[in-house]
Amino acid sequence: MLEEVGTNDQGDMIINVGPQHPSTHGVLHLVITLNGETIKKVEPHLGYIHRSIEKMCESLSYRQFIYVTSRMDYLSSHINNHGCALCVEKGMQIEIPTRAQVIRVLMDELTRLASHLLWWGALAMDLGAFTPFFYSFRERELINELMEDTCGARLTMNYIVPGGVMMDLHPDFQRKVKEFLKLFKSKIHEYDDLVTGNIIFQNRTKGVGYISKEDAISFGCTGPTGRGSGLSCDIRKLYPYEIYNQLQFDEVIETSGDSWARYKVRVGEMVQSMHIIEQLIDNIPEGEFQAKTKAVLKLPKGDFYTRVETARGELGVYIVSEGGSTPYRIKFRSPGFSNLSALDHMSRGGKIGDLMATMGTLDLVIPDIDR
Amino acid sequence: MISLEGLTTLLQAWLHDTLGEPWAFAAQSVLVGIAAITLFAVLGLALVYMERKVAALMQIRLGPNRVGPKGIFQTSADTLKLVMKEGLTPNGADKFLFNLAPFMVMIAAMLVLAPIAFARNFQIWDLSIGVLYVAAISSVAVIGILMAGWSSNNKYSLLGAMRSAAQIVSYELSAGLSILAIVILTGSLRISDIINSQADGWWIIKGHIPVLIAFIVFLIAVTAETNRAPFDLAEAESELTAGFHTEYSGMKFALFFLAEYINIFIGCAIGATLFFGGWMPFHISGWDSFNHVMDFIPSSLWFFGKTMFLIFLIMWFRWTFPRLRIDQLLNLEWKYLLPISMVNLLIVTFMAIMGWHL
Repeated sequence: MLEEVGTNDQGDMIINVGPQHPSTHGVLHLVITLNGETIKKVEPHLGYIHRSIEKMCESLSYRQFIYVTSRMDYLSSHINNHGCALCVEKGMQIEIPTRAQVIRVLMDELTRLASHLLWWGALAMDLGAFTPFFYSFRERELINELMEDTCGARLTMNYIVPGGVMMDLHPDFQRKVKEFLKLFKSKIHEYDDLVTGNIIFQNRTKGVGYISKEDAISFGCTGPTGRGSGLSCDIRKLYPYEIYNQLQFDEVIETSGDSWARYKVRVGEMVQSMHIIEQLIDNIPEGEFQAKTKAVLKLPKGDFYTRVETARGELGVYIVSEGGSTPYRIKFRSPGFSNLSALDHMSRGGKIGDLMATMGTLDLVIPDIDR
Repeated sequence: MISLEGLTTLLQAWLHDTLGEPWAFAAQSVLVGIAAITLFAVLGLALVYMERKVAALMQIRLGPNRVGPKGIFQTSADTLKLVMKEGLTPNGADKFLFNLAPFMVMIAAMLVLAPIAFARNFQIWDLSIGVLYVAAISSVAVIGILMAGWSSNNKYSLLGAMRSAAQIVSYELSAGLSILAIVILTGSLRISDIINSQADGWWIIKGHIPVLIAFIVFLIAVTAETNRAPFDLAEAESELTAGFHTEYSGMKFALFFLAEYINIFIGCAIGATLFFGGWMPFHISGWDSFNHVMDFIPSSLWFFGKTMFLIFLIMWFRWTFPRLRIDQLLNLEWKYLLPISMVNLLIVTFMAIMGWHL
């Protein structure tokens, strides 16, 4: 901790970025060693928003612990809930009605879209452009309203429960989603006009924060970060859950491994999510939205692992059960933690401005990293 | 017709009659000083309000709309808040330099107001080296910024100040070269001569493509010199929190803030004077009746209209573009703008020798 102030013996300046800083998006603390403007080392210090969610889960029942997981990666709370529900269902061997599966996938993709929209605005803000933020929030707000109609919440949804979903869709859901899709399609070209095609933006991201495919694998990068380096790691394709294997969509892969590639992957994923929603919105089957389950869920003795694709990468849920009504141990494999570990590797040799571009395209959500 | 020119002439005559020569001059100096300070404050407030409304326009929102009609008193209320705040001096700061820095920046900004012609014959001081004076004094502000960054005892401030120094020193060159283009065409450094030379058409129109290039280079350089986005690396809030003024609070911060807007105004006023004829109405040589109609619009309106248009352009940049990186910023200047403006200056000189601009 001595290194955190002043200069080190090589005369390099050591700067603390965060825990309160405009572009760390939360309470991330980076200790960066600078030679002039050039970065020699980035050392993330974690734990400022650690709430010991995994330990808390051990004292909560299998129905209750899911609500806590909404607070991990709050931008894709549906998908966190989904991962946990899948793990419990795997242990209990519960069959999910098709309607519930379709609703879950719809909600997941809407969440992914909302999360990527927020990331898009926040990245532009990290690079010094304020205006895109307002444009992306215009669309994200519509998704939040959809969520509010059905789930009653806008951020921490707690909608997906073991056995299906908590309640049926709002009667307006289909109509509003279609309206949203129509609007979003007419607006998505504005995103390219404002940011993608901008020469300054391209210069700021191309060749910045490079990570090779091999390094991405060894750091455990998943999600758009891995796919930007040419690593095929979409859980929806590799280990399909729910009805993803019946859907038509592409895994967006770029090979250049820089911030620009990660940007292209996420923007491509927004379009793919839109395709998935389009395929499903007119084909929501009738039927039950929740399977009949016992009042108290008890997983058999053993350990269970499931993984889902969140907006940031692979979320793993590992439950060890002793046969009781609460988990014996729970461990989440969060995508943000592994992606953050590659930050030092990616930003060495770059400038301070490059660090912000790299951090922006990693799409870090700090509560997801600290848990 | 009441004009600013008539007003000042009347005032001058009255002062001379009542006070006599030396005292009248002293009274005039005091009046001009008060007017400059008032202008500094009013322009600052008006431009901050304009910036927020332009930002709102770009960002599909309303902007300030609560304090006063259409929110016009919002910036006054904000300034009042800043006046009442405590002016903190951080531990380990060089107190003298820390407190001096905002005044350096403010004084530099106010001094440059002197040779600007706000309307026909309405000018504080028509120096024979007006343009040179503006170029020289406006770069004094960087000393204030360096002082602020160095004395704050904060590494973010230091980085911001270093960036700012590198940036202003670099972009001063191409700003100077593009100003020189007009000086060559006019043959004078005096602001009133430059304006009068545009009586039969603004330089941007009759100067052909070289002057257009000079204008674009000048606009980019002014944006960079005033530390505005996309060149706002000195304060780069997503990288350096607030850059050189991170540690400033209260009125000392407000002085930096207002000085930034005054510098924009001055940059754009110089741009309007050199390329758009300052207060000179839009004239087309030969069309006498058209020119006469144009003369009916007050000259101050012409000046402020042109300046505000340029300010709007600069605000438009800010709310559209992402920020450049420091090496890209210097590359842009040394590898592109400087060679372009040097070659352009040669072409303009050639044009002036051949007399194509007349």
